[in-house]
Amino acid sequence: MQFLDNIFFALLLAAGVGYFTINVKKLIRNIKLGHDIDRTDNSSERWKNMTMVALGQSKMVKRPVAGFLHIIVYVGFVIINIEVIEIIIDGLFGTHRVLSFMGGFYDVLIGSFEILAFLVLVAVIVFWIRRNVTKLGRFASSDLDGKPRNDANYILYFEVVLMTLFLVMNAADFHLQNLGIGHYNQAGSFPISQFIAPIFNGMSEGSVVLIERTAWWFHIAGILVFLNYLYFSKHLHILLAFPNTYFADLNAKGKLNNLESVTNEVKLMMDPNADPFAAPANPDAVPAKFGASDVQDLNWVQLLNAYSCTECGRCTSSCPANQTGKKLSPRKIMMDTRDRLEEVGRNIDLNKGVFVDDGKSLLNDYITTEELWACTTCNACVEECPINISPLSIIIDMRRYLVMEQSAAPMELNNMMSNIENNGAPWPYNQMDRLNWVNE
Amino acid sequence: MSENLIVPTMAQMMAEGKQPEILFWVGSAGSFDDRAKKITRAFVKILNRANVNFAVLGTEESCTGDIAKRAGNEFLFQMQAFMNIELLNAYEVKKIVTCDPHSFNCLKNEYPSLGGNYEVLHHTQFIQQLLKEGRIDFNKDTYKGSRITFHDPCYLGRANNEYQAPREILSQTNAQIVEMKRSKSSALCCGAGGAQMFKEPEKGNMDINVLRTQDALETTPNIIATGCPYCNTMMTDGVKFAHKENEVKVLDIAEIIANAQNL
Repeated sequence: MQFLDNIFFALLLAAGVGYFTINVKKLIRNIKLGHDIDRTDNSSERWKNMTMVALGQSKMVKRPVAGFLHIIVYVGFVIINIEVIEIIIDGLFGTHRVLSFMGGFYDVLIGSFEILAFLVLVAVIVFWIRRNVTKLGRFASSDLDGKPRNDANYILYFEVVLMTLFLVMNAADFHLQNLGIGHYNQAGSFPISQFIAPIFNGMSEGSVVLIERTAWWFHIAGILVFLNYLYFSKHLHILLAFPNTYFADLNAKGKLNNLESVTNEVKLMMDPNADPFAAPANPDAVPAKFGASDVQDLNWVQLLNAYSCTECGRCTSSCPANQTGKKLSPRKIMMDTRDRLEEVGRNIDLNKGVFVDDGKSLLNDYITTEELWACTTCNACVEECPINISPLSIIIDMRRYLVMEQSAAPMELNNMMSNIENNGAPWPYNQMDRLNWVNE
Repeated sequence: MSENLIVPTMAQMMAEGKQPEILFWVGSAGSFDDRAKKITRAFVKILNRANVNFAVLGTEESCTGDIAKRAGNEFLFQMQAFMNIELLNAYEVKKIVTCDPHSFNCLKNEYPSLGGNYEVLHHTQFIQQLLKEGRIDFNKDTYKGSRITFHDPCYLGRANNEYQAPREILSQTNAQIVEMKRSKSSALCCGAGGAQMFKEPEKGNMDINVLRTQDALETTPNIIATGCPYCNTMMTDGVKFAHKENEVKVLDIAEIIANAQNL
């Protein structure tokens, strides 16, 4: 009878970790649908970036209130999860508080978990209020209508439930420890749950044991469910923030990449010895598509960016176009990219590993040209992103597609570009007049 | 109105067998836009005063292609870039200074992988150096008692992390330097970048330059200082929109210094 518990626990754990692994593989496959881009250079700088920005949360504190609360939840999440190690050992081997042999150190650990759990509860409640009561602009935005807004709240509810279960479990344990019942030996310190424990006074031992066990099981089951919810949620950032900051662009923000495919063509055009009628070196090569109209045209870091985005909206709230009522929202660019990537992923799943054209694309079906042309390329969104996502790089790649593949720039920009082509300036002035300012 | 500016071209220099210390990249706005030409002239006055051995490309200069690149036309950008690089390399240019942060960013960051490797400075960085080296001086009392606020150009600030040079120059003017609520890395764009200068804005409830000018006017400045010809135009329009053009001037850092030299 005793073993049934352990077998059930092992099955639960295997199912939880197993399903998550399947989805992680899908996630990696989807990210790899993007073009290759080399981000393996300069590993010391990359480690430093990841340590500062993801681990150290250096960009979060730019907005102090949210930054401070987020650090509590983040530190709480990381540290309280040490407890999961003990829960797994106990669950698999039928022990109870197996790590309590550490004595005083164990007391410190459990005590600090409790304090953090309480602080996390407070922070999460403030987060909920900011989203649902005071309705901060970036959370009230229509970007989040529907699933994204619910997603954000579900995450908060999850955390409330998990922290409450953890504290109730400890409170019941503490109560039973004080009664000296069975295997509930004195272990741990309970700075928070000692205040919950009095509610068990007068209850039968059996009931309190049942409450302790129920809280224990729901807590670990909840953690596994939450783990598996990640893939379907914006909450993936708790894992992906790390690779995302590691692989982020290290160049000056102003630097846009130079398209190599274009360089080759331009060099050919400008080479007086080039034979325009020469057969292509590789006649079967598919001509490179310039720019991006769909997720497969983006690079894998841009797709990783899309999965890493937690929809905080700092980008959008700092975007000059968005602040002046234009349709552009950098956050929506990232959300659309992810939604489309997920759609493409499901298409591949349904069609036995091959993408079958569904007549849709990221451009137009998700992101409109009106949004793309509203961008001033000011880099405020890139600067603001707490985990170094670049919505701008996607906007530029899509503009490139519009201009170079579809000749679909706004008319005024076409005029500007033909001026540059004809007379080397964006205005229709003669290049021979370039020095006139000297004598004016 | 024209005092004599000494503006040698690279072609003249080469004919005389000379190599200038620095190339002044004037840029399309600085060459053709009426307001920006004044900035160009102010900067040249400073260069002349400091006896800087410089030259311009003159009629050989062509658009960097930056605006085309940001509009998505990588072809046109690279055509322009290769043409310019060929010319710059033929003249063996090593060091470039420009008053346009967009040209600055493009030459500095986007030309190298196409074969154009130069040390590129924004004019505020160059003026700061001249001041530091004592090569120019100006009347410190010119702006005494006035309030100056600096609008960070996106392509100098966020794009290239240069926030100090313009502020250090301004701090030497004896004016009171006031920061806008959004400045440095949080500065709001003037609305001209990303080729917006050349098109009507998308539908919205306000123009970006009007919003940014509000930020500036909240500091009740006498002068809004800029470091970019496009920002200058946008902020000037914003000030007019707020009917403050009689009280608030929009001046480039180069003009602020050149004016204080009584040049």
